[in-house]
Amino acid sequence: MAELNAHIPEGELTEKWTKLRSSMPLVNPANKRSIEIVVVGSGLAGASAAATLAEMGYKVKCFCFQDSPRRAHSIAAQGGINAAKNYQNDGDSTYRLFYDTIKGGDYRAREANVHRLAEVSANIIDQCVAQGVPLAREYGGLLDNRSFGGTQVQRTFYAAGQTGQQLLLGAYSALERQIGMGKVEMFTRHEMLEVVVVDGKARGIIARNLITGELERHSGHAVLLCSGGYGNVFYLSTNAMGSNVTAAWKAHKKGAFFGNPCYTQIHPTCIPVSGDHQSKLTLMSESLRNDGRIWVPKKKDDNRKASEIPEDERDYYLERRYPAFGNLVPRDVASRAAKERCDAGYGVGNSKLAVYLDFKANTERYGRIEANKHNIHNPDKETCMKLGREVIKEKYGNLFDMYAQITGEDPYELPMRIYPAVHYTMGGLWVDYNLMTTVPGLYALGEANFSDHGANRLGASALMQGLADGYFVIPYTIGAYLSKELSTKPIPQDHPAFVEAEANAKAIIDKFFAIKGTKSVDHFHKKLGKIMWDKCGMARNAQGLTEAIAAIQQLRKDFWSDVRVPGSADEFNPELEKAGRVADFIELGELMCRDALNRNESCGGHFREEYQTEEGEALRDDENYAYVSAWEYKEGVNFELHKEELKFENIKVAQRSYK
Amino acid sequence: MSTGNMNLTLKIWRQKNNKTKGNLVDYKVSEISPDMSFLEMFDVLNEDLISKGDEPIVFDHDCREGICGACSMFINGRPHGPKEGITTCQLHMRSFKDGDTIVVEPWRASAFPVIKDLTVDRTAFDRIIASGGFISVNTGNAQDANALPIPKVQADSAFEAAACIGCGACVATCKNASAMLFVSAKVSQLAQLPQGQPERYRRVQSMVAQMDAEGFGNCTNTGACEAECPKGISLENIARMNRDFYSAKFVSEEDI
Repeated sequence: MAELNAHIPEGELTEKWTKLRSSMPLVNPANKRSIEIVVVGSGLAGASAAATLAEMGYKVKCFCFQDSPRRAHSIAAQGGINAAKNYQNDGDSTYRLFYDTIKGGDYRAREANVHRLAEVSANIIDQCVAQGVPLAREYGGLLDNRSFGGTQVQRTFYAAGQTGQQLLLGAYSALERQIGMGKVEMFTRHEMLEVVVVDGKARGIIARNLITGELERHSGHAVLLCSGGYGNVFYLSTNAMGSNVTAAWKAHKKGAFFGNPCYTQIHPTCIPVSGDHQSKLTLMSESLRNDGRIWVPKKKDDNRKASEIPEDERDYYLERRYPAFGNLVPRDVASRAAKERCDAGYGVGNSKLAVYLDFKANTERYGRIEANKHNIHNPDKETCMKLGREVIKEKYGNLFDMYAQITGEDPYELPMRIYPAVHYTMGGLWVDYNLMTTVPGLYALGEANFSDHGANRLGASALMQGLADGYFVIPYTIGAYLSKELSTKPIPQDHPAFVEAEANAKAIIDKFFAIKGTKSVDHFHKKLGKIMWDKCGMARNAQGLTEAIAAIQQLRKDFWSDVRVPGSADEFNPELEKAGRVADFIELGELMCRDALNRNESCGGHFREEYQTEEGEALRDDENYAYVSAWEYKEGVNFELHKEELKFENIKVAQRSYK
Repeated sequence: MSTGNMNLTLKIWRQKNNKTKGNLVDYKVSEISPDMSFLEMFDVLNEDLISKGDEPIVFDHDCREGICGACSMFINGRPHGPKEGITTCQLHMRSFKDGDTIVVEPWRASAFPVIKDLTVDRTAFDRIIASGGFISVNTGNAQDANALPIPKVQADSAFEAAACIGCGACVATCKNASAMLFVSAKVSQLAQLPQGQPERYRRVQSMVAQMDAEGFGNCTNTGACEAECPKGISLENIARMNRDFYSAKFVSEEDI
């Protein structure tokens, strides 16, 4: 059995990373040239890691399933990226970012990892600006910041509502530069189907060329999985259609433990579901909560239009319940509060599964400031709204356009209708401090690992973590492993482990075509999504989870006996790709329910109805559950639990309060 | 709510691979809801094709919120369909009428060969970026981000150019299949920033050379690219690129 050692360096919290970095074994430039690294995924984590490792001199092969590395799903991140720069002089510091992140994660993350993340956060902004990423600026030419949930400082850097796009294009340009120089070999429209393990170490992958259908063997001295999160296990989520767990899941089946699978982030502000045809959900950035106030009518089943409900008949429930943080409470808290109001009968819109996000008050406020700037004294309301609208447009224009496009309503005139939706997964492959999984030589970066966000991620921290892992962590920590691999010759691709892994991948593909069932892949995916959302979503309980496990096991049987995959294996066949991904999602779904059932407490995004305070807040059990659940895969879709105890030496663990 | 009442005829380009010839094939879809996106209407059609034992239509798509740039359908003679400022995934069926006939083709350009049905190969764009669409700064070399103030107007203008999603609509709509709008957006973004100055003239020459090598056509100032760009990338960028390109040829010490 693999050993579960987080390899956290000794010493003071603030010294751990600096000391480790300075004492890490190095690989000299001549040796780097003969070491190959396989990077799976080209989002913020993958592109930044591939580019940086190539700059250092390693030979890198990078894989993505999209037609271009620029289309990885990091591109869709909207609101911003956190960094402890304290440019706003509002009391921010490395410690405060560290503290906010640990508290936001409901005391279920590793102190040492989170502190390192806070330390390197400032370097990320420097690096991105140097690459030409056009982050928002003030008139003085310096960088602008805004607020995000779960913090009381302004530390979020942004590029309108397209921060992820701009940061990814920065990392992509660094990656393309290395591709142009021949130092990275890029494989687009390729999907990883197996990790190859030789003598206990990860030595390569089997990838399918999605255009020709060929299975290819790619070897390396180390393998980095930067393949994103698994929110699509719910079918409907804000993830891209292609986002999947397959790379992580195949690694899990080869011995990599899966950490905290049940920690899922349900984002409070998404456009509500409009019908059964829906294929995905669209996020409305958390940044909107800077200027949008969330409310529902005070009266149950109030069918009046929003504009007809007077101010004193509106319940600004977040401001009421959490006066200190108001509309900027963390995501898990905001989502549950919305669900609570809707379940109690105060929801709005046709489905009654929505709440209002209203910009009117702040539009008017901005308008008043603008009027002042233009020397208009005592402006009337109409003038204020007109001027304020321009300010709102500059801040959130693309988001407002997107909302109008999808719903057919004008958010400048009517409040947005929003409801929580699956957005991010804090869980992922278990990694140690060096980002190595339980398989030596196999690393996981970005959303694909479990490491930094505990049970709830704060807004604008995913971009920070992806780039921290890729630009500033792995380039150092991988040296510790590779410095011992200098005598390892290029890995022979005819090794029995490659032959066997390729045969496995082929066998699964052949099995799909042999079933010749009657139902499409999407049919099963939707069914899985419904089970997960109903029983393992925003609120969970023991009975529901037990039922879900049985239902998923049945669904797995049905899938493997009745799925229909059209076409053939030796052509471009998206249905075949989906089949492979959904097969893995079904197995993962069961593990998520098992993990949620095991964790007899509520923490962050994991809310067990049996464990709540009198006010309906998450009730942790620190005595029995202050650990990371690390699950080991066992033959026949079984799982064994291992625990990594979490030690809090620098932060006093407390009941999380945003009141 | 899930089903609507629109009935449509679709004429869709089917092509098995880049070695075979393609043709338009007629399909009928019914009970389409005006709230569906155009791609969700395709999901309905594909589900129907699979249940009948036919092969579904292959098309590129991913984020379905207008930012990844994957979707690439040429709808009734226009990239991303009849509405302005959006991608195909943001196009909703409320933009069509019951009984309409809709023609759907892939992007057409020799530099974007068809892979299958509506999917084309846009890797030429990546190769153009790899030829110079970057600032050469290795990780760890950066100074403090605020050490270099950039006037807001300039930063905003660079941002507008950087909003390009690389979808290729500009190429698809251009009668010359020119990639000038795409290339100029990147050239112009970096040329307007102080960080981009050291490589400014080298960059424009390399990227234009690669653009030509990929087989894209030249620009004849028709402006269709700007009109069809889902992100509103301005023609001004092409003017900036031309200016830099000529400057480079006359004054740059490096001839690429």
